[in-house]
Amino acid sequence: MKREVPLIITAVFGSFMVIEYFVPHPTVTSFGEMLQQWAIIVVAFAYVLGVANIVRINGEKISRRSKDWPYAFPLLAGLAFMLTVGVVFGVGNGTLFNDFYLYAYAPMSGTMFSLLAFFIASAAFRAFRIRTVEAGLLAVAAIIVMLGRVPVGAEMWDKLPVISDWIMNAPQMAAKRAILIGAALGAISTGLKVILGIERNYLGGD
Amino acid sequence: MEGFDRRYVFVVILLVVLIPLLAPLGLPIRVSKEVVGAYDAIERVPPGSTVYFACDYDPATLPEVHPMSYATLNHLFSRDIKVVGACLWPGGPPLLEEVLTRVGEEKFGKKYGVDFVNLGYKEGREVVMVSLGKSIPGTFPADFYGTPVSELPIMDGIEDFTDVAMIVNISAGYPGTKEWVQQVQSRFHVILAAGCTAVSAPEYYPYYQSGQLVGLLGGLAGAAEYEKLVGVSGTATRGMDAQSLGHLAIIVFIVIGNILYFRSTRSRRRTRG
Amino acid sequence: MLPSPFLHTMAALLTIAIFSFLYKDNPVYKFAEHVFVGIAAGYIVAIEFQNVFLPNLWKPLLAGDYKLVVPFLLGVLMFSRFTVRFNWLSRWAIGLMVGTFSGLAIIGFAQGDLVAQIQANMLPLKAGSLIDTFTNWVVIIGVLATLVYFFFSKEHKGALGASAKLGIWFLMVSFGASYGFTVMARISLLVGRLLFLLVDWPASFGIELIH
Repeated sequence: MKREVPLIITAVFGSFMVIEYFVPHPTVTSFGEMLQQWAIIVVAFAYVLGVANIVRINGEKISRRSKDWPYAFPLLAGLAFMLTVGVVFGVGNGTLFNDFYLYAYAPMSGTMFSLLAFFIASAAFRAFRIRTVEAGLLAVAAIIVMLGRVPVGAEMWDKLPVISDWIMNAPQMAAKRAILIGAALGAISTGLKVILGIERNYLGGD
Repeated sequence: MEGFDRRYVFVVILLVVLIPLLAPLGLPIRVSKEVVGAYDAIERVPPGSTVYFACDYDPATLPEVHPMSYATLNHLFSRDIKVVGACLWPGGPPLLEEVLTRVGEEKFGKKYGVDFVNLGYKEGREVVMVSLGKSIPGTFPADFYGTPVSELPIMDGIEDFTDVAMIVNISAGYPGTKEWVQQVQSRFHVILAAGCTAVSAPEYYPYYQSGQLVGLLGGLAGAAEYEKLVGVSGTATRGMDAQSLGHLAIIVFIVIGNILYFRSTRSRRRTRG
Repeated sequence: MLPSPFLHTMAALLTIAIFSFLYKDNPVYKFAEHVFVGIAAGYIVAIEFQNVFLPNLWKPLLAGDYKLVVPFLLGVLMFSRFTVRFNWLSRWAIGLMVGTFSGLAIIGFAQGDLVAQIQANMLPLKAGSLIDTFTNWVVIIGVLATLVYFFFSKEHKGALGASAKLGIWFLMVSFGASYGFTVMARISLLVGRLLFLLVDWPASFGIELIH
């Protein structure tokens, strides 16, 4: 029961998503629409589960006085504030929720990711080593594309953007297409294994 | 190299990006054919039609893709095309609201609910995409503010993707352009133009070559090119000089790093020999 | 809505707090990082509530669509993961999600990637111009050579080995292009934050720091 029922659910939902593509009969399509609506709702619960887990972990951090436990307080305070304000007062333009989204969440999120600019520069200096012919090919392609895609490349040599475009649309595109085809074959076989119950890792242990 | 303080590199990158923002070089921007493809596709949409605007990003990649939203919505609204916007990323709706308000309402005097709408966010990724193809009102029964879509004039006659002229997708990863191609373009054969982060752009070139994407805006450069096409000078155009010098700096770092590495390897070999 | 100078200053101070990590890890950065995680988590639940639960579940359920009790119960069962005795019940909801996404993936990858990309690779061996003909040959050979590289059922020797080697070269070119675009992406993000500090923040006080 503990494993058989979920496997049956997986098989039914998965098979139906495939069958529904090939059978345009109204009964099939309307049942498919209903299952899709159900999936939208269940996936939304998964996000809430994730957040509940964050609350649980940080609550334990405080109770056990783990490393950096004082920082769990601003985390939980921020969570409670956004949740309360969003649920009670709404999420639209002009709300407190929207203000804190645009002027607290958005700037911090953007800045976190902008740190990568510094790290990629550091990695370019300390770790990018051209030890083989293949690495040299990678470096040459990278340099041509980096220069060709920005205005300074055209100022240095007017053919650089043309060569960069050709690299992107020919050899680069060819390799990416091969990766797409290979990945598609892998994804199809994995999907079939999951639906047929051969692949069961998603169920976890026991 | 082991004892080298990487913060010196950080300072160099900061200065190289900061200085052109303070003193722009004004280097001309060249438009690529992938961006022209997206522009031409929107040019072919008759005024009064409706376009589905899929805003699939969040603040983490805002500097790259938000200018694309501004530029494409400028184009759409300037041609009196109606916009039905929605998000598959939870962090998307306020950003979509901001750009629709600034461009649609404040710049072009368009009216919410009549000329454009923000349907908000829905969780479910590919499931939502396929569900939209069956019924847009069924998937989004209310807009971002909770107003039933049946009460919004713009949604009259909009049932599924056959009722929209094309889809413009601005995305930052998963779910995004790849999923729109796989689940929507291939299934419902809708015209699809995409803008994406520079990280994702190289893997979408096969979709552009196959015609599954009619146009592709890649990264800040793509956004700047589109701004040039629509005659708008936004943050993307502003950032291209800094982008240019940033790239030059990275190339210099790669070259110097390798020169120092090979010199130290050679001197170590001489010491051992 | 709170005053614009206050909001922009809050954003600027949080930006600088995150940037302080570049000097070294410090309490100001840690505080900002934890506030960010908390706000992000609270944001997600609020937006799910307003944009998914209310319009797609709660209101239709109250209006009489009682079939929605099924996904509602499945969703609630997901929280059984917090118990030791009943956490197996969450597998029912996981099964629904995994099954749905697997089924859609099969169709999406087969139709959108496999068939369409193979079809698109059927390029004319003699095109309108010399450069187009050369490009088509490069694309066709590149795709085939790269696919040969990923074929591991036979040892890469002889003709197969040579093709695989050619495939590696195409892959290296594509990785180099991806690296170049990744650099572009990262620099763009820094440009964005600096533009906020130099333009948007002063503008909230009516100051034009740079033109």
